[in-house]
Amino acid sequence: MKDSFINRKYIIIAIIVLSCLSLIARLFVIQVVKDSYRLSADNNVLRYITQYPARGLIYDRNGKLIVFNQAAYDLMVVPGQISKIDTASFCSLLGITGELFRERMKIAINYSRRAPSVFLKQISDQTYARLQEKMFMYPGFYVQPRTLRKYSKPVAAHVLGYVSEVDDGILKKIPYYKPGDYIGKSGLEESYEKELRGKRGVKIYMVDVFSRIKGSYADGKLDTLAVQGSDIISGIDLDLQEYGELLMRNKRGSIVAIEPKTGEVLTLVSSPNYNPDLLVGRIRSGNFESLSADTLKPLFNRALMASYPPGSTFKPINGLIALQEQVILPSTQFGCDRGYLFVGCHSHSSPLNLENAIMMSCNSYFCQSFRKILENPKYPSVSSAYQKWKGYLNEFGFGSKLGTDFVNELPGFIPPVTYYDKYYGVNRWKALTVVSLAIGQGEIGTTPLQMANMTAAIANRGYYYTPHIVKSVGTSGNTNPRFTEKHLINIDTANFEEIIRGMEAAVNGGAGKTAGVAAIKDIIVCGKTGTAQNPHGKEHSVFIAFAPKDDPKIAIMVFVENAGFGATFAAPIASLMIEKYLKGEIANKPREETILNLNLMKP
Amino acid sequence: MKRSINIWHGLDKISILLFLVLVIMGWFNIYAAVYNEERSWFFDLSQRYGKQFLWIISALILAILTVTIDNRFYFFFAWFIYGALVLLLFLVLILGREINGARSWFEFGSFTLQPSEFAKIGTALALAGFLNTRRQELTRLQVIIPATSIILLPALLTALQPDMGSTVVYFALFIVLFREGLSPYLFVSGLLMVMLFFLTLLFNNLHLSFVLIGIAVLLVWIATRKWKICLIGSGIFLLIALIVHLIDLYIIKSLGDEIVIFVSLILSGVAYSYYFFNKKAAGALIIYLFLIGSVLFINSVDYSFNNLLPPHQKDRVNILLGLKSDTQGIGYNVNQSIISIGSGGFSGKGYLQGTQTKFKFVPKQSSDFIFCTIGEEWGFLGSFIVIGLYLFLLLRLIFLAERQRSVFSRIYGYGVVSILFVHIFINIGMAIGLVPVIGIPLPFFSYGGSSLFGFTVLLFIFLRLDASRTEYLV
Repeated sequence: MKDSFINRKYIIIAIIVLSCLSLIARLFVIQVVKDSYRLSADNNVLRYITQYPARGLIYDRNGKLIVFNQAAYDLMVVPGQISKIDTASFCSLLGITGELFRERMKIAINYSRRAPSVFLKQISDQTYARLQEKMFMYPGFYVQPRTLRKYSKPVAAHVLGYVSEVDDGILKKIPYYKPGDYIGKSGLEESYEKELRGKRGVKIYMVDVFSRIKGSYADGKLDTLAVQGSDIISGIDLDLQEYGELLMRNKRGSIVAIEPKTGEVLTLVSSPNYNPDLLVGRIRSGNFESLSADTLKPLFNRALMASYPPGSTFKPINGLIALQEQVILPSTQFGCDRGYLFVGCHSHSSPLNLENAIMMSCNSYFCQSFRKILENPKYPSVSSAYQKWKGYLNEFGFGSKLGTDFVNELPGFIPPVTYYDKYYGVNRWKALTVVSLAIGQGEIGTTPLQMANMTAAIANRGYYYTPHIVKSVGTSGNTNPRFTEKHLINIDTANFEEIIRGMEAAVNGGAGKTAGVAAIKDIIVCGKTGTAQNPHGKEHSVFIAFAPKDDPKIAIMVFVENAGFGATFAAPIASLMIEKYLKGEIANKPREETILNLNLMKP
Repeated sequence: MKRSINIWHGLDKISILLFLVLVIMGWFNIYAAVYNEERSWFFDLSQRYGKQFLWIISALILAILTVTIDNRFYFFFAWFIYGALVLLLFLVLILGREINGARSWFEFGSFTLQPSEFAKIGTALALAGFLNTRRQELTRLQVIIPATSIILLPALLTALQPDMGSTVVYFALFIVLFREGLSPYLFVSGLLMVMLFFLTLLFNNLHLSFVLIGIAVLLVWIATRKWKICLIGSGIFLLIALIVHLIDLYIIKSLGDEIVIFVSLILSGVAYSYYFFNKKAAGALIIYLFLIGSVLFINSVDYSFNNLLPPHQKDRVNILLGLKSDTQGIGYNVNQSIISIGSGGFSGKGYLQGTQTKFKFVPKQSSDFIFCTIGEEWGFLGSFIVIGLYLFLLLRLIFLAERQRSVFSRIYGYGVVSILFVHIFINIGMAIGLVPVIGIPLPFFSYGGSSLFGFTVLLFIFLRLDASRTEYLV
């Protein structure tokens, strides 16, 4: 039989071959040319679970725990993996309303369908326990363990700072942070963020189509372990800190205590303060708002960020400079007729030598010696002599940031020559024009921290270490080399001894002593009172002191706003602090009672 | 005894080898697709791979039985087999068990049987039986109509189940009709209609009408080489279209642009008929009729698609054409399937290493989407080899068909080729997003007793016929 259509087999073969080639071509495109499908497959199956490291702990100088961590649980959601869940029972399990559920879900979906986002932050332990049993019923949800800060005592909020979730600005600026991460926002938490935060790890799991975990990916070879944050041993004495805050209750002001030999800050109190627990976890944002709005400004760290004229506590320094510049001798006497020119003084015997002038805080004496400093014939002009004087102050750390391990530190202000030149005209100002600087008044601005540092420098007879909070990071004991560098002051030790004698006399001397209230049995406290003028109200009470006189263990600065004369409140507080630190207990209970009951914040 | 040795000698070893390779590869891939770490024994009968092993053994026995039967049995009983299977297709509509909304399975205890997997064999046999005697006349309607009916009857019954996948397969047998003399114009018209169908769904049918008119004018120019005629013809159409449009705009107001164009084309035809009649321009007439037919076709397709097709099928087509993307709903299967295959890359992730496969991201992976496992775990290389093996098998079968002395055997051989080809093309095509999701198995690969038995018998009847190719059957 003749087959007249035999050639049609070629057409059929062609159709079949071309069809197979089109399949192969398409396969080539999706398998070889495009590589996005591998990513999609990975996205399907891989679940990256961040391993959050525990934040480093913070200890006090005696090894007492100040800050530690407690477990918290964030409920996470991957919207794309949710399927057929009983919303009503889920909400009742969590104790949330259906409305909140929908709202949170909307936010999560807006963020991403595939990537996990926080559905509910820091659910309680009980909720977590309840949820854990029923988790399998809610595909798309999982719990991410986190840690929250916890404080052993509700103190030192300003020193420690707080931790909060990273905001968009930081997310953009520092690539390390991911949404939902926490970051130190002030105090130690901020300045030692890198050390404290540790290193995030990630565990990669494989999940099936129902997002059930099926095991680790690549046998965990690509997983990284979370590295715990380093612990920090601070120089803070927790008991002293607590005691200082107790003493400063109902008062505005600050206490800064430094160990002179090391520059370690023993105590840093800014009052009014707040309970650090208030700024942890879910309650943080609400509390932060109300604390910010508080007219007493509890968030404001006065010890670092308030700049005051130092008042008479500045006299020891001026005395030191006058001695060093050899414009006076320890035996030099100046008369005082209840003041010097337009600067008034209180009633005391006259004339006085340097020791007694410090003891009695004679304005006249320091005005006259200050005048001698500025009118020193060694220098061609008042302004060059002033420049020299200012140089000494800068050596003590005034007029610029000390470079502590606090992030927010004010530089304070020592007016430069140009300041007066501009104000009065070049060479148009004289020693008398700026004579109020002699007694720590006028344009000068210092922070309590700087004053405490000056006290430490006096206690050390001519040097200081930059004040710092942290003794060591981790167990290595290493500190920043910045804090082991000795800052020498270009003033002879002998001159310091003269001044210290005056400060000793101010506390422990005879008739006319200004700070007798600060005396402690068996301990030679050297101190100097001060009264900082306050144009807005009652004067501020200031007191600087160190003890014991020989081999000083503590240098302290107390500043009580609107409390009047330095000896009234600042001196007894400083004295109580020294006694507490050196002896561990207070002998003079009535004096302690007085301070504790004192309320300067009554309207 | 002597006879069976002769059959073994006559059987095509290459085809059998390809069959065995594909079946075994299929089994390994089913193992990977349903891999269960707790029950990883290859022959675990509670798992699909264990069952598939049973099916393979049974299929081999079935293959031996098929080749043992005398070749003339298939020839003489072709109509009887066809009749019996069509009857089964009837019965399954009444007695069958409904699974996933389709009444396609008979149930015997724990085993199910899908008659449509076997009805294809009957149809191929009946077609061969019918055309064996009348193939020379396949140009005449008296032959074309019954031949088409043989194909359409089981197709219709399958469509009623409803099982669109298996229904589509019957149309593959038109390839057989083409081979045996069906007019290429009808064949090509059919192909063009398929093309126009997709174009209609992709593009605005109004624009498409204009493009068709433009092509028609161009064709007239190619046929006549006379600019004048083209310009006058276009002018007449545009004038009439303008008048009809204005009438619609101011008087009738409800025709719509599509009807305006269609009516204008018919009215212009009246004007052209003078030319057709005078010049005896048959070419132009055919072009004109094709144009009318095409415009009518695209408009009816558009209407049916938008108004008659059930929404879920409309969605499937839309997703396939890229007109709609829905990676979570309907498009999920295809999307995950493409991800699986695409993620395999050039050389694949390795056996049992496919994450998409192992963690069940692709539904129906051991049956309809078995190709995902190949694509993901064996990569482009594996996919290429599998397609190559199929292509080799198809070409081998065409070669075998063409060497038949008996017309019956050749036609049946082409029937086998057509059915296998459509299965392979659609199954792989849907896994990689080339054709809509039509659930049909990949021959020899997919999990399932009925389909494996069906394909085995389909193939081995032909191999049996081929073993006796030197004999005339009549």
